[in-house]
Amino acid sequence: MTRTNGASGGGGGQQAAGKLPRKRFYRARAHSNPLSDSHFPIPISPDDVELSQHYPRYFPADKDEHGDGEVAAPRIRFADVGCGFGGLLVGLSPIFPDKLMIGMELRDKVTEYVKERVLALRASNPGQYDNISVVRTNSMKYIPNYFRKAQLSKMFFLFPDPHFKEKNHRRRVISMQLLDEYAYVMEVGGIIYTITDVEELGIWMRSCLEKHSLFEAVPDEEIKVDPVVKLLSTATEEGQKVARNGGQTFQAIFRRISLQEE
Amino acid sequence: MEDVVVEEAEVSGAAEFAPALVAAHPLGHSVAVAVGPELRVFDLKGGCAVSMSDDSGGSSHSDAIRAISFSADGILLASAGDDKLVKIWKTDSWRCIRTITSEKRVSAVAISKDGLYVTFADKFGVIWLVTLGEDGEGQVSADNKPVSIFGHYCSIITSMKFSPDGRFIATADRDFKIRVTVFPKNPLKGAPEIQSFCLGHTEFVSCIAFTHLSGGSSFLLSGGGDSTVRLWDYINGCLLDTCHVKGKVGELAEPNETEDSNLAVADICLTNDGLLAAVAIQSLNGVMLLGCDHVDKKLSFLKVITMENSYIPTSLASSSSADLLWTVMGASNMPNQAASQLLTRVRIIPRFKKDLLASSDHSPAILEDSEVPYGEKLLLALQGSLDISKQEEVLASVLAALKVSMHKMLVKKNYSEERREQRKRGRNDKKIKK
Repeated sequence: MTRTNGASGGGGGQQAAGKLPRKRFYRARAHSNPLSDSHFPIPISPDDVELSQHYPRYFPADKDEHGDGEVAAPRIRFADVGCGFGGLLVGLSPIFPDKLMIGMELRDKVTEYVKERVLALRASNPGQYDNISVVRTNSMKYIPNYFRKAQLSKMFFLFPDPHFKEKNHRRRVISMQLLDEYAYVMEVGGIIYTITDVEELGIWMRSCLEKHSLFEAVPDEEIKVDPVVKLLSTATEEGQKVARNGGQTFQAIFRRISLQEE
Repeated sequence: MEDVVVEEAEVSGAAEFAPALVAAHPLGHSVAVAVGPELRVFDLKGGCAVSMSDDSGGSSHSDAIRAISFSADGILLASAGDDKLVKIWKTDSWRCIRTITSEKRVSAVAISKDGLYVTFADKFGVIWLVTLGEDGEGQVSADNKPVSIFGHYCSIITSMKFSPDGRFIATADRDFKIRVTVFPKNPLKGAPEIQSFCLGHTEFVSCIAFTHLSGGSSFLLSGGGDSTVRLWDYINGCLLDTCHVKGKVGELAEPNETEDSNLAVADICLTNDGLLAAVAIQSLNGVMLLGCDHVDKKLSFLKVITMENSYIPTSLASSSSADLLWTVMGASNMPNQAASQLLTRVRIIPRFKKDLLASSDHSPAILEDSEVPYGEKLLLALQGSLDISKQEEVLASVLAALKVSMHKMLVKKNYSEERREQRKRGRNDKKIKK
């Protein structure tokens, strides 16, 4: 199988450049099993993440790999875990035009859609949307394969799968175990954003973050002025759906801190 | 759909084999061999087989032991396995002082450097911790339940070791990863801080070993299903060197073994100074020696100590005081064998230190059975029988089965493109519009 995890990897390919893909061709199951062994390619280590495929404008092909630019080479700074149809990335891209961000999505068709969407946006808005991309992966298993220690400054978990049954709680994307890994890839001071329309899950995510010694709650006054927070409930397809139905949302926004030894 | 069913049945129905294990007391007082549910210990000071007693109130091992580990000071031995029991033994009296029941099968066990805690990993990748703190009688309060301190998401932990300075705990898994975690002062609250990930293996990681401290630093070695031994700066998660053992074995292996796509590394054992590494490899009848240069941070192939054709070690051990490399071969669940007849073979390589290479040309590299300390007495205790050589065929077939069993457990299933498409078509919750 060839590597097709770059945004330029093509996909459905039936629409003309610049035309947004239509979701009806990318219908997928709402859920995917995070426990099953994956068959898609996984980078062995963060060194193997092919940034030039994801962000060709930042990593032009004609530039030599062992070149001198390595010192200044930008790194991915934001990760949207379970990015779905990519609404948040598209919303964030113009706000942080100099930050590379990646969406991580397990469902293959949805990933294809986001790829096409990003390519179409780039084609119709030259010079924009070059800083966003998507990768098909299981972020619950392979986060350390993509990011180095302290690489990320923001992580997003928007409307994750609630997994109501108690025996399936271990499939939840926020858990004490997985927060260790998120803390590892986040820099001290980095912020983790979570939001859900399921109250039970909202309480769960907040309590995991509160219990974890490497995170602390971001004060309300900071949340109010954070331009990102508004996007949490408005930018994504899930968020819009909740808003349409007049549903309630529950967010938990926490900062990565260094460990306090008592 | 049909073959999907077949395949699943195949996986669940496969007999699971566990390799025989060996562990050496750090001060050379004793040696322990585990095969199936049996834990056999030989007292090297007294020169006699040890009879174990159990007054912990727990049951004894009833299924394959997957891990045994001495504490750094040699006062305790931990054993754990498929029966979901973790047992802690005092090595002076060989009494079991503690039996801990795990929710899941246990795949790895380790005792913290200070001897205060035992950690064990279950088959879902969760690492649990129990305090061994004891009052005067060596008894522990009853409400001391295991607490989970961290986990590898839905993976199987294959090996778990504490760093020589006790600051870190390293865990290896089937998802090619080694995680190095800060072991906190109060680990009962969990161990959330990850020091590094050592990423580079392209198959499951089967074993890890720390070199002892030299000049304030130490290194980590790992072996895996990708037929490599790797040297790591584990503080920074940097791969320093990779030694491909396959090419080295290729010339030596039996012709019928060369069809193996991979020769998985089964175990690694380091000399006390960490300069020499013994490597056991599936299908290799013998032990490979690698030099480990701490200055240049390189691994170098030195030689293979070849043993008789059917002797393929499953586990290695050495103690820091004596220069003996203990090797053991065998597996649980032998076909056509009564449970009381769990055969293993023990062989010893003397002078397991850097000058082994210089002298090995002149004298035999492996002790004959008559040269083994305490001779037949020891062999009878650890092997279960003396005339193992007559059982060579049985052992060989067991090892073949063990290999298949390991492969099934640790290697990711690789479906072809067509098979995957076929499985997708079998799905009834997706509309095909193409």
